[in-house]
Amino acid sequence: MSALETQVVQSGVVDSRVGKHGFQWGTFLRHVLLIFFLVVVLLPVYVLLVTSFKGITEAQPARAWLLPSGWPWEWTLENWKGAWSGLPGIPAVGPAMGRTLLLVIPSSIISAMLGSMNGFVLSRWRFPHANLVFTFLLFGMFIPYQAVMVPLYKLVMWLDIPSGIPTLILLHVVYGIPITTLIFRNYYESVPSELIEASRVDGAGMMRTYWSVVLPISVPSFVVVLIWQFTSAWNDFLFAVFFASSPSQGPVTIALRNLAQGAQLTNYGASMAGALLASLPTLVVYIALGKYFIGGLMAGSVKG
Amino acid sequence: MRKLRRYGPPLALIAPSVFLIGVFVYGLIIASFQTSMTDAHTSAQFTGVQETHFVGLQNYIDILKTDNFQHSLRNLLLYTVVFLSGTMFFGFLWAFLLDKRARAEGFIRSVYLFPMAVSSIAAGVVWKWLLNANTGARASGLNRLFQLIGLDFLQNKWWSNYNWGIAAIAIPAIWQMSGYVMALFLAGFRGIPNELREAARVDGANEWQLYRHVIFPQLSPVALSAIIIIGHMSLKGFDLIVAIAKPASYETRVPAIDMYQFQTEGNYANASTVGIILLLVVLVLIVPYLVHTARAEKNR
Repeated sequence: MSALETQVVQSGVVDSRVGKHGFQWGTFLRHVLLIFFLVVVLLPVYVLLVTSFKGITEAQPARAWLLPSGWPWEWTLENWKGAWSGLPGIPAVGPAMGRTLLLVIPSSIISAMLGSMNGFVLSRWRFPHANLVFTFLLFGMFIPYQAVMVPLYKLVMWLDIPSGIPTLILLHVVYGIPITTLIFRNYYESVPSELIEASRVDGAGMMRTYWSVVLPISVPSFVVVLIWQFTSAWNDFLFAVFFASSPSQGPVTIALRNLAQGAQLTNYGASMAGALLASLPTLVVYIALGKYFIGGLMAGSVKG
Repeated sequence: MRKLRRYGPPLALIAPSVFLIGVFVYGLIIASFQTSMTDAHTSAQFTGVQETHFVGLQNYIDILKTDNFQHSLRNLLLYTVVFLSGTMFFGFLWAFLLDKRARAEGFIRSVYLFPMAVSSIAAGVVWKWLLNANTGARASGLNRLFQLIGLDFLQNKWWSNYNWGIAAIAIPAIWQMSGYVMALFLAGFRGIPNELREAARVDGANEWQLYRHVIFPQLSPVALSAIIIIGHMSLKGFDLIVAIAKPASYETRVPAIDMYQFQTEGNYANASTVGIILLLVVLVLIVPYLVHTARAEKNR
């Protein structure tokens, strides 16, 4: 797994030749290509933005790639308002975003705590066959959830958990255990064991060592895990569609899908405004904490 | 007694997680396998109103025989091949271009990577429109763009193509995940010690030889991880397909979609069967990799 966990090294190779000979065709070509791909990657964003400010009559195929006709004096916020607070017969993205927040905050905090405790006892407060237990937990990361969906449905009904957000919290916590355990375990393995041994020799119990020695040094891993769990729960659609697909109870992905596949005619402007709204939280997290985000991705991408 | 004192607390701490994973992963896989071997093709049977019977592996045989499911498997293979080659190509190329320090590197890297922070459902909203099948005067999306830049011949039906539609769905998937593969490769490039490059240069290697014989061979573990991760992702492809096409559309069916369709129809036996087949396909990919890395870690 080690390759997956490698952090992107920020400091890299400084090419010693740059600047020696002034203008270089190779460097120039490289930058041209980089900018070309930059434009290609951003094309969908351009379409999203432009269309979200167009009125119904303007969001026509022929004008697909053009700015709103009256730009920059005439454009409309109707799509954004409609997507936020709902259009006739179509669920609003705004309240769904609120529900999703109620889902992702508890589920990411609980699974981070569980992962941290598991990682601690699997690396620095070990018991016999700890590696076997680790493998046992880790396997949960690789399964396609389709393989458990049918009996899971039955189990959730049997447990009688309120449907919608509470069910999703449970599922994200449970299926988050492998990845959070993995990230924390690898982090604690890299912490010098003397630190914990010292506390142990002093006669501190496990919980006290965890609380006063381990937890305070775990901040970097908590950031990685919280970001990872936040984005994957925010973006989740699979569990949502099986367990919280009613428009009034579902998270933001459900609302967005209903908005984008509206009853008869898709309202492109509103759907695109809704897609942008729904993406804002993860994008903000990504821009603010991008460095950690990458670290988390390295570790976590194989998860269900 | 001393053992209990010593090992009791850590075992107690990890017990809830072991229990939850035991039930929600292992227990449910077994339950799923059981359901897949019954004739529970209706909701009434699933809820226990009507009785079910053991049918062995009959469901597997029946499903694998259907044209629909064979089409799904073929689609899955096609999707995986296109998705994998696309992400590996762009991911590697971008990392290669960025390896030697570009201007505004941090910004460029962030832009390449950002699509993976966006949910497939949100990405699907815009890509559904970009991949609109209309051509000529009614063209929109990419077809319209091709008209504008004079590449009319590139216009096509995208995901509405009967046989190759699924390959079009791989385009947004490539858009989403190439940046991630780039990050993996970039970490690989930067992880190669500077001395190694310097040594090769001192030995008289030119830039191409340096990359060809020194750097690229060092990247094969990264490439393997990337293939496993993307392959794993592609086998479970679901969100993007639902967001762009309709679940029921034949063109873009894959096993994950079939499973959803069977479950919504109340055909729980078939839904479980498809789920277990999908699990087996994933295991075929993952287990050799896990064994390989476990061995590598032991030898370290």
